[in-house]
Amino acid sequence: MAFIPHTEADVAEMLAAIGVASIDQLFDEIPASLRVRSLAGIPDALNEMQIGKLMSARAETDGRPLCFIGAGAYEHHIPAAVWAVATRGEFYSAYTPYQAEASQGTLQVIYEYQTMIASLTGMEVANASLYDGASALAEACLMAVRANRKSKAQRVLVPRCVHPHYRKVASAAAGNQAVRFEEVPYSAAEGRTLASTLARFEGQDITALVIQQPNFFGVLEEVDALTNWARERNILVIAVVNPTSLALLKPPGEWGAGGADIVVGEGQPLGVPLCSGGPYFGFMTTRMTHVRQMPGRLVGRTVDTSGRDGFTLTLQAREQHIRRARATSNICTNQGLLVTAATIYMSLMGPQGLLRVAQASHARASELVAALTRVPGVRNVFPSPYFHESVVALDRPVAPVLQRLADRGILAGFDLTEHYPELGHALLVCATETKTSAEIERYANALGDVMKAARAA
Amino acid sequence: MSALREKVIFEYSRPGRGSRDQWPDEPEPASKIPASLRRQAPPLLPEVGELETVRHFTRLSQMNFSIDTHFYPLGSCTMKYNPKACNQYAMLPEFLGRHPLAPASHGQGFLACMFELQEMLKEVTGMQGVSLSPMAGAHGEFAGVAMIRAYHRARSDLARTEIIVPEAAHGTNPATAMMCGCSVREIRVGADGDIDVAALAAAVGPHTAGIMLTNPSTLGIFERRIEEVARIVHAAGGLLYYDGANLNAILGKVRPGDMGFDAIHMNLHKTFSTPHGGGGPGAGAVGVSARLLPFLPIPIVGRDAEGYRWLAEGELPQSIGRLSAFMGNAGVLLRAYIYMRMLGRTGMSEVGDYATLNANYLLTRLKQAGFEAAYPQRRASHEFIITLKREARELDVNAMDFAKRLLDHGFHAPTTYFPLIVPECLLIEPTETESREVLDAFADAMIRIEREAREEPEYLKGAPHSLPVRRLDDVRAAKQLDLTWKPKEGV
Repeated sequence: MAFIPHTEADVAEMLAAIGVASIDQLFDEIPASLRVRSLAGIPDALNEMQIGKLMSARAETDGRPLCFIGAGAYEHHIPAAVWAVATRGEFYSAYTPYQAEASQGTLQVIYEYQTMIASLTGMEVANASLYDGASALAEACLMAVRANRKSKAQRVLVPRCVHPHYRKVASAAAGNQAVRFEEVPYSAAEGRTLASTLARFEGQDITALVIQQPNFFGVLEEVDALTNWARERNILVIAVVNPTSLALLKPPGEWGAGGADIVVGEGQPLGVPLCSGGPYFGFMTTRMTHVRQMPGRLVGRTVDTSGRDGFTLTLQAREQHIRRARATSNICTNQGLLVTAATIYMSLMGPQGLLRVAQASHARASELVAALTRVPGVRNVFPSPYFHESVVALDRPVAPVLQRLADRGILAGFDLTEHYPELGHALLVCATETKTSAEIERYANALGDVMKAARAA
Repeated sequence: MSALREKVIFEYSRPGRGSRDQWPDEPEPASKIPASLRRQAPPLLPEVGELETVRHFTRLSQMNFSIDTHFYPLGSCTMKYNPKACNQYAMLPEFLGRHPLAPASHGQGFLACMFELQEMLKEVTGMQGVSLSPMAGAHGEFAGVAMIRAYHRARSDLARTEIIVPEAAHGTNPATAMMCGCSVREIRVGADGDIDVAALAAAVGPHTAGIMLTNPSTLGIFERRIEEVARIVHAAGGLLYYDGANLNAILGKVRPGDMGFDAIHMNLHKTFSTPHGGGGPGAGAVGVSARLLPFLPIPIVGRDAEGYRWLAEGELPQSIGRLSAFMGNAGVLLRAYIYMRMLGRTGMSEVGDYATLNANYLLTRLKQAGFEAAYPQRRASHEFIITLKREARELDVNAMDFAKRLLDHGFHAPTTYFPLIVPECLLIEPTETESREVLDAFADAMIRIEREAREEPEYLKGAPHSLPVRRLDDVRAAKQLDLTWKPKEGV
C-alpha cells in the first residue's frame, strides 16, 4: 500500500470503533449505480526502484542539448544552495501561511521577497507572486481597468513586439470581462515601438499601455518616451520586464517623468530551472496608491499580543476567500516555493552579482550575434541595442535548419516565422552567462556547415 | 518547533560582502547600451555571504509547520505526505534543463510522461479529455467556466451567463464565475447537508450557464442526489462543473464523469500529493465530457506515428486559448505522474478507502469525547465538521482558540470558520497517510483543550504560547501597512 501506514490490526480496531464491518460500508451513501467497477486504464503500481529506472530512462531520452533558445525562459547558473534550502521539507511541504504563528518562516521569506522585487523594479509594493509572467500580465490588465477610474473604455494597447504567448494569455484571461486589446505595430527598421506610432490613438479613451523591456525581439524600447506619452494622457503604464536585466537597465519606476504604474514579469530567471515551462512565478509590483487594486497575496509586518514583530497575510479583504464574487481575482495561491528559491537566489547574488549576470549575458549574446552574422547567409535584422537576445535572418527557411542543428545537439533558437511572418526567415537567438566562447563557436560552425550543405543541395 | 527569532536578511548586509563563488567572472562593460536606458542606483538586495544566507533561510524554515514535521488536518486541503521519490525523479537534470520551446525531438521522454498523465487522469475521473495547463485549482476553475461559456456561445445560446453555486461553496467558485463574466446565484443547502433540489429546480432556466459543485461537498458529506441534480441542470440546458478539491475522498470509488459532470478541475497538489510549497505551486488540470472537448485550453500532448507532440491553436481552433506562457507547471505535473505510477490501479482506490477510514475513525473518537458533529446522522467522507457552538455559548471559547491551542500541542490547526454556514466550525481532514497513533494523539489533544476551556479558559484564549510569535495584530497590519523593509530601520 503506497504511503498508507495501517496494519491489519489497526484497520480491524478502527472499523470496530466506528461500528462498521468493512471499509466498503463507509461508502454506503454513494448510489450503487455510480460506484467504480474498474480502472483498467491505470497501470500496475511501480515501486520506488522501478519508477526511478523509468524516469531516468525517460530523462536520458531527452538528453542535454546545447540551448540557445530564450523567448521568455532563460538558462542561468543556479547556485547549489538555492534548491538545497528551498526543498527542505519545512518549505516544500508547508501549506499557505493562513495560520501565521505556524508559518513565520514562509511569511518572512515573502516579506523579504516583496522588498527585493519592489526595489529591483523601482516600485513601492509587490505582491507575493502570481502564476507566471503571462498570467501576471493578464492580471495587470484587469487591475488597470479597476485602477484607472478616468477611463471607461476597458481598452489596453499592446505592442506587437510583446511576447506573442503573453498577448494570447491576456486575451484568454481578460476577454470574458470585455477588456479589449489593440495591437500597436512596431517599427520594421528598428524592431521596437515608436511613440510616433501611438499618435493614431490620440484623443481616444485608452485604459493602459503595455511596454515590454526588453521586448520579445530582445530589443530595448525607448521606455521614457513611451511612458511619457501614456502618462500625459492619463493612460496607465504596464511594464513587462526581465528581472535579470534590471540590475543593468533602468527600473520601470524611473521610466520617463513619472514611472510605470504596474510592473509584471516572469520570475524564472531568478534561480528557477527551465523545466519545460514551469513551475515559474509571475511578479507584480505597483505604487502604494494602487495596492488595494492588486490581486494575490500580500504579507505585512505587524506585532503580536506581546508586542513582538511578526508577519502575517494582510489586506485579505481583496481576496476570494473573504470577498467571494467581489474579489479582485479568483487567485488563491502564489508560487510560494519558487519565490523562496528566488529570494535565496537574489540574496546570494546581491546587487553586484546580479549586475555581473546581466552584463555577462549581454556580452555573451553580443558575441553570439557577431559569430552568427559572420556565417554566410545570416544577417542581423535590427540595428537597435538589445539585452541578451536578438533576431537574425537566414537566407532560407528556418525550420529545416533548426532541425538539422537539433540533430547535432544544438537548439539554435526560436523560429519567428509563425508569429512574425513579415520578418521572413527570422530566428530569435539568446545567450546568457552560462554559454562559453567555445559553445558559441560550436554553434556558429555547425550553422555554417548546415547552411553550406543546404546551398549545395 | 524552536521559538527562535530571525533578523530580516537586510540586517545582515555589509557593503562589499557577497557570495562571490556564485557569480560569473567580471565581464566586459555593456558599452552598447545607451546611458539613458541604464540603471543608476543599485537595487536593494542584501550583500551577504553564502553561509549566512544558508543559515538565515534554514532558520526561517524551522519557524514553519510542514507535513514533514507536523500532522496537518487542514480540511479541504488534503495535506498528505509528499513522497521524496516524486521530488527526486522530477529533478533529474535533463528534466530541469529542458527549455519549454525545445522541439519535440528533444522531449519524447518528458512528453510521454505528460501524455500518460493525461490518460490516467481521464481514467480515474471518467472524463473524455484532459488539459494539464492550468497552474492551480482556481486557474482550473477559470478554464472550466470559460469552457462552459464558450460552449454556450458556440451554440449562440448567449443568454446563459448565470452560474449557480451552493452557499457552502469555496470562495473561488463565485470569484471564478465573475472573472468569466458571469453572475452568481447561490442556492440553499438543506438541513441534511444535501442541496435543496426543489430550490435548484426553481433556480435553473434559460439563463443558467451551469452549476459549480464539490462532491463530497465542503460539508464533508457525499451529495446523495447528484444524479437528480445532474438531470435537472442538463434538462434546463446548463452544464455541471466539478470542483475537484475533495477528489481524494472518492478516488477509485466514484468518478465525476459518471456523476454527470461536464467540466472538472483536479488539484494535483491535493489528490496527487505534489507539494504545497508554502502556498504554491499547484497544478489544476482540467477534464471535460465529450461536449466540451473542442474547448480545452492549449497546449495538450498528442500522439501520432512520429511520437508525442504538443497540440495547439492549429488542431484546436475552438480552444479557450492559452492560460500560461508555456504549458503550465510542468515540474509539478511530473511529480503527480510519478505519484500516480507508484500508486497504480489498486493504490488509487486505497487512497479513497483509507482517507475515508481515517476521517470516520477520528470523527468517532471526537464524538465519543463529547464533541458535536455538524452532520451527526451522516457518514463522513474524507473530512468532517466539528462545531464548537456549545463551547462558545457555555465557556466563551471559540473555534479559533482551539485552533491556536492545537499548534501548542504540535498539530497544525484544522480549517476554521469554513464553510461559512456552520458556526464555530473546525473542518478536519486527516488524509490516508496518517497512522492511527497520530489520529489518537490529535483526539487526545482536543480532549485536553476542552478540559482547559473549563479549567483555564484565559490561558487557552492566549494561545499559542510555544511558537515564535503569539497571535498577531491583523488590524494593525492592514492599517499601518508595512509591506517592504526600509533601510532606515536597519543598521
